[in-house]
Amino acid sequence: MNVATLREGISYQGGLLALFSTVTAAALVIAAVYTSPAIHVAEQHDLETSLAQVLPQGYNDNNLLQDVVHVKDADGVDVEVHRASKAGALKAAVFTTSSSGYAGPIVILVGISRDGVVQGVRVLRHNETPGLGDKIDEAKTNWIHAFEGKALATAKWLVKKDGGDFDQFAGATITPRAVVKAVKEALEFHQAHLDAIYASK
Amino acid sequence: MKAREIIRNGLWDQNVVLAQILGMCPTMALTSSASNGLGMGLATTAVLVVSNMAVSSVRKVVTEQVRIPVFIAIIATIVTLVDMSLNAWMHELYKVLGLYIALIVANCAILGRAEAFACKNGVVDSALDGLFMGLGFTAVLTTIGIVREVVGSGTVFSQASLLLGPHFAFLETTVIPGYGGTLMMILPPGGFLTLGLLLAVKKRIEIRQRNAGVAVVSVPSHCGA
Repeated sequence: MNVATLREGISYQGGLLALFSTVTAAALVIAAVYTSPAIHVAEQHDLETSLAQVLPQGYNDNNLLQDVVHVKDADGVDVEVHRASKAGALKAAVFTTSSSGYAGPIVILVGISRDGVVQGVRVLRHNETPGLGDKIDEAKTNWIHAFEGKALATAKWLVKKDGGDFDQFAGATITPRAVVKAVKEALEFHQAHLDAIYASK
Repeated sequence: MKAREIIRNGLWDQNVVLAQILGMCPTMALTSSASNGLGMGLATTAVLVVSNMAVSSVRKVVTEQVRIPVFIAIIATIVTLVDMSLNAWMHELYKVLGLYIALIVANCAILGRAEAFACKNGVVDSALDGLFMGLGFTAVLTTIGIVREVVGSGTVFSQASLLLGPHFAFLETTVIPGYGGTLMMILPPGGFLTLGLLLAVKKRIEIRQRNAGVAVVSVPSHCGA
């Protein structure tokens, strides 16, 4: 049997596909084994930097990733709270929360000190309209810094249009309203679960 | 095929976007700013060069009947390898490009070049074809990005330093200070409008050339196996 007829045979085709699947799969497995430790390190580092963003520099001396407590909120949903401490004393809590924006959920990360003052807020994920609602993103404007230093009692937690303390954007009220609501709920959650969050392990 | 012809085909005559109308998904989705267009274009170019070389080097072994699944497996593997290595070793860049990398698999321009060129030509020619098809794609994506960004938000190459490193921060310019923006150009309609205008411009230049007596080379773009 010569090569030309062999090539037309179904076994050649099948064998060829099998060979290529094996080679490509093997290449992927090898690459995955080599890259996964580095990817894990990079992702942990990412998480650590994003957690540190919502606390003032030098605020804590512990690794936020390692001091974690789980607290159930009013709806029974488990919230992962990272605790910041300095010289062994618990000082602040960092956790994510979300509320519905104009186009889907807005996920935010908040840092709140033990006495209930907002230390920092960052938007982690959103699908708001580019150019209008995306001003909540720290990369676009510094609007998100307006929350720093505010506590439940020291601010009216509404946008200015609704009689509160926080600016809305021209053409976009729903988005800032949702963020203000999310931060306020984070503060309420923090206040309601002080004991659980700062319980010594 | 002569190198000059390959280069000319990639950049103009057979340009992925303007002549073959391939890769429309990234062309529409990732050109809302010049930096995004440039990033997607460069990532695609890298994959295109490697996949063209890989396809070309196995072209004598692979039969016509099973070539499509084999090429797809090769392309998907290369894209995944690029994705994983960027994530592991160039994590800062990955945070900017990560979203685009996985989309490259769905860019039919890659399979298109494997079919139209790499399965019929040598490894060196295929690499050259991949490089210039990719650069042509990059040029068009960046152009659409510049137009949409200037009209849409009054800036050019904003956040270029995230993509190319701090040395390229000088690219970030505000063309129209205090400009409120034209939302439509940032949203999908802006992509269609800009692409339509570019196609019209290319057509006009070609008609001019034809009237001036310059022969417009037309190369069939399908695998006539």
